[in-house]
Amino acid sequence: MNNKLILNIAIHLLRARLKQTIIAAVGVTFSIAMFIALVSFMNGLNDLLDGLMLNKTPHVRLYNEVKPSQNQPVLFSEKYKNSTHFINSIKPKDRGKSIYDSKKIMQDLKRDKRVIDVAAKINAPVFFNSGTIEIAGVINGIEIEHEEKLFKISENIINGNVADLAQSNSIIIGKGLADKMLLSKGDNINITSSRGYVSMLKVVGISQIGIAEIDNAFSYTSLETAQKLLNKPVNYVTDIQIKLFDMKSSPQVAKEFHEKYDVDTIDYQTANSQFETGSTVRTIISYAVGLVLLLVAGFGIYNILNMMIYEKMDTIAILKATGFSGRDVKWVFISLSIIIGVVGGFFGLLFGFIFSSIINIIPFKTASLPTIKTYPINFDVIYYIVSLAFALFTTTIAGLFPALKASKVDPVEIIRGK
Amino acid sequence: MENKILEAFNISKTFHETIDVKVLTNINFHIDKGEFVSIIGKSGCGKSTLLYILSTMDTVYEGDLIIDSVSMKNKLDSELAVVRNKKIGFVFQFHYLLNEFSVLQNVMLPGLKLAKFSSNEVREMAYEKLKVLGIQDKAFNSPNQLSGGEKQRVAIARALINDPLIIMGDEPTGNLDKKNSEIVFEVFKELAEVYKQSLLIVTHDNDFAKRTHRIIEMEDGKIIAQ
Repeated sequence: MNNKLILNIAIHLLRARLKQTIIAAVGVTFSIAMFIALVSFMNGLNDLLDGLMLNKTPHVRLYNEVKPSQNQPVLFSEKYKNSTHFINSIKPKDRGKSIYDSKKIMQDLKRDKRVIDVAAKINAPVFFNSGTIEIAGVINGIEIEHEEKLFKISENIINGNVADLAQSNSIIIGKGLADKMLLSKGDNINITSSRGYVSMLKVVGISQIGIAEIDNAFSYTSLETAQKLLNKPVNYVTDIQIKLFDMKSSPQVAKEFHEKYDVDTIDYQTANSQFETGSTVRTIISYAVGLVLLLVAGFGIYNILNMMIYEKMDTIAILKATGFSGRDVKWVFISLSIIIGVVGGFFGLLFGFIFSSIINIIPFKTASLPTIKTYPINFDVIYYIVSLAFALFTTTIAGLFPALKASKVDPVEIIRGK
Repeated sequence: MENKILEAFNISKTFHETIDVKVLTNINFHIDKGEFVSIIGKSGCGKSTLLYILSTMDTVYEGDLIIDSVSMKNKLDSELAVVRNKKIGFVFQFHYLLNEFSVLQNVMLPGLKLAKFSSNEVREMAYEKLKVLGIQDKAFNSPNQLSGGEKQRVAIARALINDPLIIMGDEPTGNLDKKNSEIVFEVFKELAEVYKQSLLIVTHDNDFAKRTHRIIEMEDGKIIAQ
């Protein structure tokens, strides 16, 4: 009953000062709309760039690094155990690129609860032959289904179908490579492995990732075709790629697998640290700008309420004289502020969505990003919740100080002053 | 004893500015139920100051104030607000109506605050009060469409809405012409005689005071006759 009355008084006061109220609410609307548009756009860009690189990268990768043996012969000598060793001209040990016992490791990983899925891969340097010209490149033998599940490679296929790789002796090549060699879907291509084995594969698709260096040298084929091409047995695998449910735990998991399976491991954070930094900084900037906008709107509300209190001294005095306590008066003014915050905030969400939608349909074409046609926007509900929560918080705080002032107005001073 | 609705015991008040000025000295008096009392005195004699202390709005004083057998000393701001809401009706020199609300809503506000009755009942009661004061046909107008006398009558209706123990007036006719003053006085008189409403009116109009039941005369912060 009392709350209703206080709200009713607040609404009457607002109606009497409709113009100023609208200006205050528009301030909130504008800042929230801008905040949402900005954060959605920034995060859309982040997602795009992350997607470009991070989503194509395994969280943890198992492989064999070319490196010198950790245990040099001198270490086994009892005699020089406590001496300092100087060894010159060490050469890396050839352990082969194949991961030892890969089948068993993969079975084991698939049972691990933290792992989304595992995809084996063969990564091998090859020459693509076109007439007398040889172009150096890379062939990736992949487990088609698992690779698609983990890395969505179909998103980058601009012509053809990933599933067609299941036919033996088929290949999908990078767009740069296709352009250079004047190949299109359905043509045949000769491939020479580093050991000199030549095979002929059929092009079933063209892929474009958007990074020229990769598109100029890159190709996909099935794991089996790659093994045949390299003349290797069916258990030959050079990389095991893992995606985890908890991306953040990659560094620890990588370390654990390194010890458990005695292979080299690398996590995505180490491999792509610059992307992570970029995303974080962009997010911080967009939140900072948004918060400043809301803060400015908060000051606007503070000013208008302060002015209103000076104008409405008589009203405050008579409310107090007829039995409204300081607390009631305080709540009248806090309600004023909250009403401005809620109404302004609601329209802010609406306009934020409209602005985001407009940005989302602005054409954005770039040669390096074939799948992107318009500017990216992330329409995550969380940004709307965060901005509304912050808007209510700022408006309440902005209203609190004038409200406390109003609650302390001495009615005797006002009434006797007349 | 039961008839005393308001009692002042040794009320003194000093303004502490560059020098201490004692505006009220040992005020002692009481008001019985149904009495129509006026306080007169020259301007600056402390009669308004006394009224604001009696109304509980001014809390800085020495002595004790008892309203309806309860001491008002050491009460919280919110408790005093309840007392003002329930037991005291106020009429000022200036009407203090809220232009944001209609006449009827202005009268209803203290009743809604009391929350003893539903808003429909309060509306009914407010309309009754306006009828008693003869301005029911202006109920849905905005206060700034009313004449000075009408505004003051609305203010009286507002003071009456919660059936207060006492109505206090600070020069309620001070801003009105002769004719409107007469109307307001008749209203007060009718309230006192027909409805047995207690009234305490501060005025400097001796003609007005003479027609009340009892006159308290003040000079230099003291009561010199009652």
